[in-house]
Amino acid sequence: MVTEPLSQRSNAEPKMRARDVSVFYGDKKAIDAVSIDIPSEYVTAFIGPSGCGKSTFLRAFNRMNDTIASARVEGTIELDGEDIYKSGMDVVQLRARVGMVFQKPNPFPKSIYENVAYGPRIHGFAEGKADLDAIVERSLRRAGLWEEVKDRLAESGTALSGGQQQRLCIARAIAVEPEVILMDEPCSALDPIATAKIEELIDELRGRYAIVIVTHSMQQAARVSQRTAFFHLGSLIEFGETSQIFTTPRESRTQDYITGRYG
Amino acid sequence: MSPAFLVLLALGLGLAAWLVARARAWGYKRAEPARRLAALPVYHGWYAALWVVLPVLLFAFAWSLMAPQLIAQSVLASPAAAELPAFGMERTTILSEARAVATGAAPAVFNPVAQELVEPYREAIGRYSAIGLVATLLIAFAGGAWAFLRLKPDFRARTKVERAVMVVLLIASLMAILTTLGIFASLIFETVRFFGMVSPFDFLFGTNWGPDPMGPADSPDGSRYGALPLFWGTIYIGAIIAMIVAIPLGLMSAIYLTQYANPRLRQWLKPALEILAGVPTVVYGYFAALTVAPAIRDIAIAFGIENASSESALAAGLVMGIMIIPFVSSMADDSIAAVPQAMRDGSLAMGATTNETIRRVLVPAALPGIVAGVMLAVSRAIGETMIVVMAAGAAANLSANPLEAMTTVTFQIVAMLTGEGSFDHPATLSAFALGFVLFLVTLALNFIALRVVKRFREAYE
Ligand SMILES: Nc1ncnc2c1ncn2[C@@H]1O[C@H](COP(=O)(O)OP(=O)(O)O)[C@@H](O)[C@H]1O
Ligand SMILES: [Mg+2]
Repeated sequence: MVTEPLSQRSNAEPKMRARDVSVFYGDKKAIDAVSIDIPSEYVTAFIGPSGCGKSTFLRAFNRMNDTIASARVEGTIELDGEDIYKSGMDVVQLRARVGMVFQKPNPFPKSIYENVAYGPRIHGFAEGKADLDAIVERSLRRAGLWEEVKDRLAESGTALSGGQQQRLCIARAIAVEPEVILMDEPCSALDPIATAKIEELIDELRGRYAIVIVTHSMQQAARVSQRTAFFHLGSLIEFGETSQIFTTPRESRTQDYITGRYG
Repeated sequence: MSPAFLVLLALGLGLAAWLVARARAWGYKRAEPARRLAALPVYHGWYAALWVVLPVLLFAFAWSLMAPQLIAQSVLASPAAAELPAFGMERTTILSEARAVATGAAPAVFNPVAQELVEPYREAIGRYSAIGLVATLLIAFAGGAWAFLRLKPDFRARTKVERAVMVVLLIASLMAILTTLGIFASLIFETVRFFGMVSPFDFLFGTNWGPDPMGPADSPDGSRYGALPLFWGTIYIGAIIAMIVAIPLGLMSAIYLTQYANPRLRQWLKPALEILAGVPTVVYGYFAALTVAPAIRDIAIAFGIENASSESALAAGLVMGIMIIPFVSSMADDSIAAVPQAMRDGSLAMGATTNETIRRVLVPAALPGIVAGVMLAVSRAIGETMIVVMAAGAAANLSANPLEAMTTVTFQIVAMLTGEGSFDHPATLSAFALGFVLFLVTLALNFIALRVVKRFREAYE
């Protein structure tokens, strides 16, 4: 995978910007004062041993932590310079702009068509049936699923294979035209072939959307991402170009992790 | 000697057998320490005890049925019995009087003829007690001897005991099913008798209900046994009016409890709702008859409906609906809670509001469970009796006007069974035919509901 030199993006505005973000579950601090910039043109990977807070941090970017009663977020996260935690922020609009794909494929128990049409319908994107059909087709094409399902759009989304379900979830997220897509270990429930397909897809989607992917597989981070952030015990240890992180990490803890000494 | 005494005796002997067999097993062990027993000594004990107790229990049960007959027979065979009236009430009274004195339950006889019978009674009771006791002892010792003959060091007493325990458990679990089958069989029997007198066609499709318990029993007027108004009343009150109340309220309370209520409130509200299911239906009946029905009548009159009656399908249906709310809401609550959190997260992450998520994802996903809950609630409602007895009236009306009095299958079952007709009159027997129909319908509803729930569970395994 080709990685553009850092200098090319350094003057561009980041799509999202986290500053001193801490996340608490009750009194327990799961993320400790993390600052990071998410560029729009790259895939950013979050790696680190399990339980270090990757998912927690990822969920702070579309305020999914709001759905957990005990969770509390401090610090600021900006989307195009606007603080998403400011009072009066429309969370519904935010989540339309910052989409999410989960660890375990979670298509709704509806038809394939209805799964993809769900977002456009609730956000009122489509003007009439033809328009909606076009959005569904475009999203499924982008998710690389169209050829496999075009003749059975009325079948239940839950009847697809695991890998297809995950691509359906990606199509569903794409259908609302997000600017950022957050993926939380999207391949951890999939077999190697399905995983390869998703990785290929992520590579195709790069550039069109800012993508953040949490993964516990370092090979995967190396394959799909251009920037990598290494977390440990709720802190951001190191953040930089993926090739640099994997070849010449500055921190000994990063070195230990990528050489498999723990995690 | 009463059967209770025989049972106690059996238990005592069983304990003895248990101790002896166990001690003997220990003896085997001491005699040959190198050799392994096939079962622990305690299983030897249980094996012997079961062989003593179970046969005696069976005998005691049979004896408790047989002994009174045998005693009565021998008393009747005595010379003093010749003076008894040949049959009728008096004969029975005299006999029971004599028995009461003989067993010491009464101090003295009232009828002099009975005095003569006291002595034969005493004698017979004494004789048969002795026979019962001897038989019990014989059986206990035979069982024990059989067990002791088989108990050897390499005898697998453990598996035998295990099997006996399994059989006991099996019988216990079959009890409810067998009882239901028994009820069903007796229902069928009486229903067939009823349909021998009244044609099923008249019964199922006739529109006039007015059985005459005083009419001729052998040639009943089939046109008075049309149960359609009852079926209609049952469906209208239990499946239509009650559900119009219970489905929205039950569903909304389930949605509120699972999706909006904070955990503390939920902790209080959910049990409170479930307590409603434990209120005796007769209490709802009062409420329907004394509060709701008059209120409905007054409102109807205020709207200019002069002939509104104080008994109405609406009153019964409304209160029944309230009664049913916990059934609907608790099933709906369970099935909404069973929809994986991932569905909810998936929808919220798309930018859907909580409300959209509930309407478009959670409720559709939970629908099978909700439908099953409604079906169970319907089957409960159409079997409900007290509320309709107290508030719906007795008039068999085939009408769509909810302000009219109506009657239901359950109400008429009560009315026919407690009426003054004799037991084999078709008016009385019609209660069984009605019960049979009700039984089949509720059975079908429950069966389908359970199937639906099972499918639904599998979908999320
Ligand atoms: N809903 C929650 N309530 C309380 N603690 C949580 C919750 N979710 C995660 N945590 C805790 O927060 C820490 C970080 O978890 P998570 O973000 O899931 O880690 P990762 O995704 O890196 O494996 C863990 O210690 C975990 O136990
Ligand atoms: Mg995680």
